Amino acid sequence: MSVKNPIWNSLVTAWKGLKVTLDHVFHSGKKRKPQGVAEDNYFKQQEGLVTIQYPREKIPVPETGRYQLHVEIDDCIVCDLCAKICPVDCIDIEAVKAVEDMGVTSDGTRKRLHAALFDIDMAKCMYCGLCTTVCPTECIIMTDTYDKSVSDMHELNYKFSEMTPEEVADKKRLLEESRKPKPDSAS
Amino acid sequence: MDFFSAYILVALCILLFSVVYALYAVYAERKVSAFIQDRYGPMETGKFGLLQTVADIAKLLQKENITPAAADKVLFIAAPLVIFVSVFMGFAAMPFAPEVIGSAANIGVFYIIAILAVEVVGILMAGWGSGNKYALLGSMRSVAQIVSYEIPAGVAIVSVLMICQTLNLQEISFQQGILSTETIKFLGFWDVSDTGGLLAWNIFRAPHLVVAFLIYFIASLAECNRAPFDIPEAESELVAGFHVEYGGIRFGLIFLAEYAMMLLVSMLASILCLGGWNTPLPNIGGLELATWTTGNIWGVFWLIFKSFGLVAVQMWVRWTLPRLRVDQLMSFCWKVLIPAAFLCMFVSGIWRLLVMN
Repeated sequence: MSVKNPIWNSLVTAWKGLKVTLDHVFHSGKKRKPQGVAEDNYFKQQEGLVTIQYPREKIPVPETGRYQLHVEIDDCIVCDLCAKICPVDCIDIEAVKAVEDMGVTSDGTRKRLHAALFDIDMAKCMYCGLCTTVCPTECIIMTDTYDKSVSDMHELNYKFSEMTPEEVADKKRLLEESRKPKPDSAS
Repeated sequence: MDFFSAYILVALCILLFSVVYALYAVYAERKVSAFIQDRYGPMETGKFGLLQTVADIAKLLQKENITPAAADKVLFIAAPLVIFVSVFMGFAAMPFAPEVIGSAANIGVFYIIAILAVEVVGILMAGWGSGNKYALLGSMRSVAQIVSYEIPAGVAIVSVLMICQTLNLQEISFQQGILSTETIKFLGFWDVSDTGGLLAWNIFRAPHLVVAFLIYFIASLAECNRAPFDIPEAESELVAGFHVEYGGIRFGLIFLAEYAMMLLVSMLASILCLGGWNTPLPNIGGLELATWTTGNIWGVFWLIFKSFGLVAVQMWVRWTLPRLRVDQLMSFCWKVLIPAAFLCMFVSGIWRLLVMN
């Protein structure tokens, strides 16, 4: 296209731009479907409105999504590795040594410690996933849950320990008793 | 009672119409921009967000009217009223239908050009009275722009008036349809006085008026401070331009006036070039579409239909074209629009003398 006539050129280019926007208006009847990335035509929905009206529509995430943490506390051996590797110190664990036989986890590892406290503060978590890689029994995993809006920030401190304070006190007492020297052997 | 109905009731009707129109024009603008950008626009307040602008204006009404300490109080408070009243008074001379017109003044066109120029004074008052450098810059730009663009707009109007030979907007409307008392010739050779429809519109009576219409439309964008000529309100440079210090209902009035101004210039453009309240449907033999769709109610419908169409084009242009620089704006006005408008006026004279006689 020649640029010899700037007036004609500006009219032509202005019309080109107007046509682009007009095409978008005409395609506004269509809309992007809330399909996950696994769908075949995920990248082919080029026309129509792109907004996903979030709380009412959601794009499905893969089942293997790595969002919020979950702890299968029955499989936990309270080794504290996850709390140690956590870069932001969002995991808080308190262990109480067991005196009785606690049985084994689902992968056959013997459990020797009670999880008196197992808190993960999701407000601090940076979703790096290091805790899931170091876990020897794979009891701490990332799930596909990503929307956990709460009105009080303390609700984001997830408590995974299932022990009541009474149970914890009871286990501590048992541990103390087992450590006391036997009266008959001392004499 | 006569006084009441003639002067107050009609004015209230037009006021109510322009307020409701402005509310939904803002809504339409937000929807148009959203669809152009592949978004939804307002969706939460009411069905499809229909009550969004009502909620907005309710919020504005509740806000405190703040007058800045550095402001010139009289000018600051009077400016929104001057802007709104000058635009609103323009509706008085608009012929809505064959028998619906506020004032069928013989100097209708002249009156509208004059009353719209008063808006410039209001904008300058707002910018100066705010005591804010951005507001002052914005209003100076606005005044420079509106005063410059009034010349091509005025000359384009004159080229229409030379064809019509009257300043009365109602007579101009009558000349473009089947109710005309004189003969209308399509492109100067085909008598369409009884056919009417869009063949009798001014842009087809004298085809060079298409150019005049385009010139007037572009100039009217500048007079409304609409993109691509929105340097007076350039957000990236001047925050909000001349109305940066305004809040609450004073801002509401300025905003309302801006949208009423869009409608006013669109109405003027459709009366001058697109047949006003005349139907676009022609009589075709026994199928007398023009006769069936001419009347007072049809007239109001057609005029509003045409002017809303032009308002929609204004919105479309706004969300497509980027803002012009000040020097581009002025060189476009003085080097392109004004010579083209004068050429139109010249052709109008030739056309009137040689073809229409």
